[in-house]
Amino acid sequence: MAEYPIHEYDVLVVGAGGAGLRAAIEASASGAKTGVVTKSLLGKAHTVMAEGGMAAAMGNVDDRDNWRVHFADTMRGGQYMNNCRMAELHAKEAPARVKELEAWGAIFDRTKDGKILQRNFGGHRYPRLAHVGDRTGLEMIRTLQDHGIHQGIEFHMEATILTLLKDGERCVGAFGYDRERGRFKLFHAKAVVLATGGIGRAYQITSNSWEYTADGHALAYNAGAALLDMEFVQFHPTGMVWPPSVKGILVTEGVRGEGGVLKNKDGKRFMFDDIPENYRSQTADTPEEGWRYVQGDKSARRPPELLTRDHVARCINREVKAGRGSPHGGVFLDIAWIKEKLPNSVEHIKKKLPSMYHQFKQLADLDITQEPMEIGPTTHYAMGGIQVEGDTQMSSVPGLFAAGECAAGLHGANRLGGNSLSDLLVFGKRAGEYAAKFAKERGAGKIDMAHVDTTAKLALEPFERGAAAENPFAVQQELQESMQKLVGIVRVENEMQRALEIIAKLKSRAAQAGVGGHREYNTGWHTALDLDNLLTISEIVALAGIERKESRGGHFRDDYPERSAEFAKVNLRISKGADGKPRIERVPVVPLTEDLTHAIEEQK
Amino acid sequence: MSSAVFRIWRGDNGQGEFKDYSIEVSAGMVVLDAVHKIQASQANDMAVRWNCKAGKCGSCSAEINGKPRLMCMTRLNQLDMTQPVTVEPMRTFPHVRDLVTDVSWNYKVKERIAKFKPRKPDSMDGSWRFQQSDADRPQEFRKCIECFLCQDVCHVLRDHHLHDEFIGPRYFVYAAQLEMNPIDSGDRVKSLKDDFGIGYCNITKCCTKVCPEEIKITDNAIIPLKERVVDEFFDPLAKLFKVFR
Repeated sequence: MAEYPIHEYDVLVVGAGGAGLRAAIEASASGAKTGVVTKSLLGKAHTVMAEGGMAAAMGNVDDRDNWRVHFADTMRGGQYMNNCRMAELHAKEAPARVKELEAWGAIFDRTKDGKILQRNFGGHRYPRLAHVGDRTGLEMIRTLQDHGIHQGIEFHMEATILTLLKDGERCVGAFGYDRERGRFKLFHAKAVVLATGGIGRAYQITSNSWEYTADGHALAYNAGAALLDMEFVQFHPTGMVWPPSVKGILVTEGVRGEGGVLKNKDGKRFMFDDIPENYRSQTADTPEEGWRYVQGDKSARRPPELLTRDHVARCINREVKAGRGSPHGGVFLDIAWIKEKLPNSVEHIKKKLPSMYHQFKQLADLDITQEPMEIGPTTHYAMGGIQVEGDTQMSSVPGLFAAGECAAGLHGANRLGGNSLSDLLVFGKRAGEYAAKFAKERGAGKIDMAHVDTTAKLALEPFERGAAAENPFAVQQELQESMQKLVGIVRVENEMQRALEIIAKLKSRAAQAGVGGHREYNTGWHTALDLDNLLTISEIVALAGIERKESRGGHFRDDYPERSAEFAKVNLRISKGADGKPRIERVPVVPLTEDLTHAIEEQK
Repeated sequence: MSSAVFRIWRGDNGQGEFKDYSIEVSAGMVVLDAVHKIQASQANDMAVRWNCKAGKCGSCSAEINGKPRLMCMTRLNQLDMTQPVTVEPMRTFPHVRDLVTDVSWNYKVKERIAKFKPRKPDSMDGSWRFQQSDADRPQEFRKCIECFLCQDVCHVLRDHHLHDEFIGPRYFVYAAQLEMNPIDSGDRVKSLKDDFGIGYCNITKCCTKVCPEEIKITDNAIIPLKERVVDEFFDPLAKLFKVFR
């Protein structure tokens, strides 16, 4: 048997985005010896891209806000598929988590009386998002990083985990490699927290960075943990569409929060044509009222551009398909128009949306203070993920915890903007806390060295097959094209079935992927390894999409366009069967308590 | 669509050479797109660090036609495409492979700088009050994406190798952000003088020139910090008063 360097920890955190860092900080603060593994350099996880803000019912801008309203908004946005216990904890604890960041050095934009400023966002009744211009994700991760490096946590940068390790039913560690030298590393841990983000790299047009190859989802699934809600993928309505190199890159909802409007090629604000019944009473009747809302008029209601993302994405998709789109296949998002209303509109836009201004100027040669942007839907977020217990964030595998985007439950069928950044803090902290408790109560487990050796052998096979074998980049590209076309915004049974056939073929090809060169920083090799995760999870997304025969939130089917009473009561839970294939069960949605039911009714 | 040549540094651990790659390029492409295309079709094992592709993560720093830039924010139509485009790793940091360098020294430096220490809260609920005008200065510094291009270009590090005595522009920005933070109560001025080498900066402003976030590193961070050092340790009048106090 081979020898590998072994790193011993009480708690191992996989992923160093907002959730991972917050979990590591909490675990370490409670006395656990904590290690963090991250695929990128520290401080460069995908959290860095988040723009809009952190949703927390602090009531600094509108004191009518409180946790009950936030809870109700989250549940409505999630089409009541959410784990209501998680939604309750999130709404209650988000304010404390945001204030804690300030105590660690974050500098948020201020209100006139010096408190943390909060902005409007889709689906939130009151202005709720604490932010810094449009770079709140950077602020969060930098604050956590700068605090975390003084907590005695050990960071393993640019390392990837290949498999989790189990002792019986319990998770007792992980095995992976460092990308720089290609050497294997063994992590022996009493508890493991997965905070690996989403699955966007399974799609061709995505706002997600290269890291989002569904690693945590696949690691958990292969270790026997159950996944939940995998059919619910969020397609953010506004991604760039031109030029091709930036296709999919996010244009924050904050643009619409500052008064940006959506128009088709005829200059029509098409969102006013299609306001869903359950939001009608909260939505403006006229463009004038919509403008007053974004300016802070408390008697006005939000413009239809600030309805939930799934709805807006479908409307845009419809306009484009009907031939009313923009020249490069999107629609127009216009914030320049506010010059009719504000004399200093150019300065205002540059101050509130500096990185949007910079992004468009630099990458698309467009000045957003003068001209409209072309935007279109982009794969953005996975509502589904590893099923976890609401309070502790532990999965169905003892000792294995999950937090952030890779965990399921908080967002139901559709996530509200701003709820992810606060999710990372609330549940990152809980996962770290409970992982540390678990580690304290249990000793270390036994490592299955046979499994480790098998994993290492399989991981090196692409080198044996050599550069003349299947090109892993080509396989990845084909998967992305298939998922984009067949399991995208608008789904239909036969297309999803076709996707399953294609994925099966791609799996065989991936098993034959080969690379040349050596193990040091060999990105072709890394891609070949990441492919397995993408394929495993893409298959599961398609299976879940086929099983849910209704449309709800981010999951929309042309062949079942309405919501069904039958599916309203269930989440889809997927785990690995004894035959190695995915097994789908329908499990009842977590029931509301009486108090939580009241909280929802109050807001109707 | 037209053809272009990219001259990319290939090699390991400091040994290497330029290799030419020819590919089709189209409107709107950035250098990182070209590198990806070459990686996918001609050089599957090419080592390149990248992440967000939108100028937000600071991973894809390189030297393009001799200038330190982010690969994802360098549009091909800003370059002279009639000549091969040279793409090299950041030369100030130890070379790992192809376009990837070892930037770990930067992470170690940060740990040496005294961390944020808030003063007592201003309000009963444990939070602070301050105005947007107080936040503007440090917020400029907190835009930093840690791309390390400023570190790469600074001659004190690049040419004089004073890594043990000089923390570099990025960390002067970090120190400035802490010193100008409206609620921080720490004091790093002495460290800036004794341990962090602020005296070595001779205001050549190369760092400011390469910052992709357009942070005014020299004017807004380094010079004010130098002034604080001077005020506290080199002001003859202040020294005189101290003698008589």
